[in-house]
Amino acid sequence: MSNRLHARQLGLLIAANFREIIREPGVLFWGIGFPILMSLGLGIAFTKKPAEIRKIALVSSSSLIIKDTVVVSDEKLGSTTFIFEKMSWDEAMVLLKRGNFNLILDSKDGQPQYHFDPMNPDAQLCFLKLSRMLQGKPEVLPENAGQIKPLTVSGTRYIDFFIPGILSMGVMMSCMWGLSYGLIDKRSKKLLRRMVATPMKKSYFLMSMITVRIGMNFVESLLLVIFAWLAFGINMAVNLPALLLIFMAGNFAFAGLAVLISSRTSNTEVGNGFINAVVFPMMIMSGIFFSYHNFPDWAIPVIRMLPLTMLADGVRSIFIEGAGLLQVAQPILILTAVGALLFSAGLKVFRWY
Amino acid sequence: MMDQPAIEVKKVFKSFKTVQAVKGVDLQIQRGHFVAILGPNGAGKTTLVEMIEGIQIPDSGEIKVLGKTWKHHSAELHNEIGLCLQDTRFIEKLRVIETLRLFSSFYGLDNGRVEEVIDLVALDEKRRAYVVNLSGGQKQRLAIGLALLNKPAILLLDEPTTGLDPNARREIWAILNRMKQESETSMLLTTHYMEEAEQLCDYIVIMDQGIILKEGTKNDLLGENKTLDDLFIDLTGRHLNE
Repeated sequence: MSNRLHARQLGLLIAANFREIIREPGVLFWGIGFPILMSLGLGIAFTKKPAEIRKIALVSSSSLIIKDTVVVSDEKLGSTTFIFEKMSWDEAMVLLKRGNFNLILDSKDGQPQYHFDPMNPDAQLCFLKLSRMLQGKPEVLPENAGQIKPLTVSGTRYIDFFIPGILSMGVMMSCMWGLSYGLIDKRSKKLLRRMVATPMKKSYFLMSMITVRIGMNFVESLLLVIFAWLAFGINMAVNLPALLLIFMAGNFAFAGLAVLISSRTSNTEVGNGFINAVVFPMMIMSGIFFSYHNFPDWAIPVIRMLPLTMLADGVRSIFIEGAGLLQVAQPILILTAVGALLFSAGLKVFRWY
Repeated sequence: MMDQPAIEVKKVFKSFKTVQAVKGVDLQIQRGHFVAILGPNGAGKTTLVEMIEGIQIPDSGEIKVLGKTWKHHSAELHNEIGLCLQDTRFIEKLRVIETLRLFSSFYGLDNGRVEEVIDLVALDEKRRAYVVNLSGGQKQRLAIGLALLNKPAILLLDEPTTGLDPNARREIWAILNRMKQESETSMLLTTHYMEEAEQLCDYIVIMDQGIILKEGTKNDLLGENKTLDDLFIDLTGRHLNE
């Protein structure tokens, strides 16, 4: 077959995979619309903090005399509204167990008694705020605690942390579900078997799927970044070559992983299990929504080696810290090598039928 | 090489774990002949076709297709074979014409052949329809069209009309009969429909439990039996569709 015919074959395979995606409105929504909506929701939630509401279970037999609602205003930390709900001790315990409250207020000899789980940070904060309010010192910090300077500049907000994370997670999800599930689904429908009964070049088939997936990931990520720039003013003065290279390396790593985990099974439910087993731990541990430094110290080096962590940390350092090619060279090389290794392993054991 | 049989199967055995699917089958199909392998589910028909198609390797024995083995000539044989499986699902959001063009590119064929095939399988009115919107019969006509794109020397059809209504089945038979008259393609068809074997094939092979029970032309086989079903009951004590 001549080079022109080979190019036609590859071109038509790419076109077929591309059409399969863009002709499915659901795919477009979940691939492009959903990450944007998620970043909008979380961005608003973490940048425009509403008045904090603290619900307290007040034991009705206590001798404390408190209004049902008390508002403590603070310009810099935001206001806190305490809502006291009177109830019996037993009822309060049931509701605390259900998570409706995290603190029960009672009294003994006219003094307030606070019942809460000291290991729960939210209950601790509630106790600190409530105890100061009841002592007649509603502000949370003492007078000599220095000045509070709220950080609102680009790069220091939650949204700046979140956008690189969700961009990286989007790459992983798109590769794992789009490629892995796509391959398993085609195998289960006997389409792979039918295609390899022709002289089709098998490598072209996989290349076309990966090319289309990376192209879609590029469009999805670009739209997400443009949206975050317009809506939240995230930093756009980034090192573009570094960003493009780490983006491509992340795509290679997850494409390799996707080919490997979809290499054998033709059962879509088994495929679901494989994909979830890979995706969920990384989604939770790799610091997409919150920093992974909350995990125990011994786990941090392991978490840092996960492909999603490498990608998210790399993208984050480019957007937030202004990192250049040199600073992200290591994750780029590791992710590319991981992708090549997993892809080769996947191809070796790949079943076409 | 033209005097070689289209398909030659010699003492082929194939097992899957504890199941012996094919037990020492010998079969020869001459060029240009239409042959049906008739048998109930589990007879070993599909396994035999998969070995002829090259996706299963026999445990022992030899299979030659056009005088060549899959081990040494797989690239050439892929160009010579057309395949139609029962219930293959193609890319759902691809149009009929796009699907045909995609498959034609695998053989290095141009759009002229695609137009010939679309006419042959009577899907001209549906050329812009998405595959997902085709009826069962139209999907199977598309599958046959894809199998005929490369003007194959051998056409392998694995239960091509199972699950189709009688009208759709007759449309498929009409396409295959037309091809029989107009080309020199050899065809191997597996089916458990006696009428299908009678309508399409010159030679019938009856298989059950991995072995060939009897083979020959329809007239050779029937003898005193009125129908192929009667013959199958004589041979096995069971109905074909049990």
